[in-house]
Amino acid sequence: MLNLVDTSLRDGMHSVRHQFTPAQVAEVARGLDRAGVGTIEVAHGDGIGGSSIQYGISAADDNDYVEAAAGAVERARVAVLLLPGIGTVEHLRQAQACGATVARIATHCTEADVAQQHIPSAREAGMHVIGFLMMSHMVEPGELAAQAKLMQSYGTHVVYVVDSAGAMTPPDAVARVEALLDAVDCEVGFHAHNNLGCGVANALAAAAAGATWLDGSCRGLGAGAGNAATEVLCTALDRAGHETGIDLFGLMDVAEDVVSPLMPRPQIIDRASLVLGYAGVYSSFLLHAETAAEKYGVDARELLVELGRRRTVGGQEDMIIEVAAELARGT
Amino acid sequence: MRRDARVKAAILGPGNIGTDLMVKLQRVPVIELALMVGIYPDSAGLARAAELGVATSTDGLDAVLERDDIELVFEATAAQVHLENAPRLEAAGKRVVDLTPAAVGPYVVPSVNIDSHLDAANVNLVSCGGQATIPFVHAIDRVADVDYAEIVATIASKSAGQGTRQNIDEFTTTTARGIEVVGGAGRGKAIIILNPAEPPIHMRDTVFATVQRPDPDAIEDSVQRMAEELRTYVPGCRLLMCETDGRQVTVMVEIAGAADFLPAYAGNLDIMTAAAARVGGRLAEHLLEARVAS
Repeated sequence: MLNLVDTSLRDGMHSVRHQFTPAQVAEVARGLDRAGVGTIEVAHGDGIGGSSIQYGISAADDNDYVEAAAGAVERARVAVLLLPGIGTVEHLRQAQACGATVARIATHCTEADVAQQHIPSAREAGMHVIGFLMMSHMVEPGELAAQAKLMQSYGTHVVYVVDSAGAMTPPDAVARVEALLDAVDCEVGFHAHNNLGCGVANALAAAAAGATWLDGSCRGLGAGAGNAATEVLCTALDRAGHETGIDLFGLMDVAEDVVSPLMPRPQIIDRASLVLGYAGVYSSFLLHAETAAEKYGVDARELLVELGRRRTVGGQEDMIIEVAAELARGT
Repeated sequence: MRRDARVKAAILGPGNIGTDLMVKLQRVPVIELALMVGIYPDSAGLARAAELGVATSTDGLDAVLERDDIELVFEATAAQVHLENAPRLEAAGKRVVDLTPAAVGPYVVPSVNIDSHLDAANVNLVSCGGQATIPFVHAIDRVADVDYAEIVATIASKSAGQGTRQNIDEFTTTTARGIEVVGGAGRGKAIIILNPAEPPIHMRDTVFATVQRPDPDAIEDSVQRMAEELRTYVPGCRLLMCETDGRQVTVMVEIAGAADFLPAYAGNLDIMTAAAARVGGRLAEHLLEARVAS
């Protein structure tokens, strides 16, 4: 059976500038749990410890989000994301004390070894540990598989191909999932972004290639053009003959009745988010780039293309300001 | 003080950091590098030291302890090693500049607080991100009173060794504490990002600060003065931005290394060895002044 992770309350935080309240988190988590979603990821969009001027100050403490979700679910597991260099093992310990049982440890796709403190700590603490290789489009499948192997050696239960920039098309997703399956003994997952309109298609292709963990978010709520919409993905998976254990109508209701009213704007592929996929830029840069483009009077698309050209990685939101100021000066 | 008076010093740890520091210490007039110490005979750093005419030893700490004439010791090994070495160095009366994250002694950032710790037995250099950003937190704080400061250090993947990769939590927590204790922020936070782009990027640092008295001119003047001060020992420090928007101050700098031994992109390592040489030089001057006075 496929394992579904809904990240409306974590990746979706980017779309609401990390402003969900714990009460909203509890409401969405309750609905997802009832619909049979197995894992629900919560807290700041950049993971626990991410609340900052750099990424945005969240409306509540990460621990309050975890507690709200854990208190609202009966069957689902609550997951947190941790980016070494931003969050710490201490943040993870606190999240676990508040009810998180799944730890997703994320690094840039070439830097798996910065997780060598966090993966073993999470594993020893009894958490289900998922290694998350962000910006996976930036390296060839073989190199990505070597990094996945490193993560597995630290103790992951699952390693993920993460298309943070929404820059992959289905053949890219398949090649990477297959390379990981060849290299590791643990399970393999796929996290899609929809900047090129391939979110659901990439996740389906990943599943067909053997991925057993898939991410989605209700209505696609997430960074850039958003993620694979969980309710669309689950319905399509069902049609493709995959077992998900999800109550499809229940999930559609959560997406439409609970999550949709919380969305500040429709999660569409507008020109700026399309350029994220085109230029291979970290999806979370979108709102920061729009803000900087307006402040410095430059075109958001030119700004994003330049950030792609400089091979910026996830977490470098401060570069957006620097490059926007540079473009405005014409240097 | 005799014009040619010098303090004898040793470096523990002939790795990349120790080797770069060795090159920089050749330019500090008050220090005579008398010994480079390792444990492995085939160390490239020891070979390089011998080429420069610096005495070498593979006997580890003991080689330093048996030399009464050596007053100043630079620890460029690892935190665990320094935790073991520190008490023995102190018992032997050596003055120690610690480049590891062990933090046995008080945090020192040369452009901010070296004069407060001239008599400390052991001083610690915080972290590379701390050396690059704490001066600017302090520069903002001294004119605007910083409630909260957050730094983002982005470094070339190639410049992050195993020590950094195995202990990335220590980087963030130590740097955050340094921002508070030395920088003067009410609360501090640190973020580190590794970027694998080729050719390798220079170190980039951003300081975001929330302040009590947001006077843009006073802040910019103070930050500019600090950048000049930093350039006296880190010539490749370039101020990219200093902006005050409401109560929020944003400062961005780029640190290119001097390429003494380490490559220029490793500005994060260069700023540590440059700070160590500057702190060591100041401690040596202080020791020489005490010698004249007694």
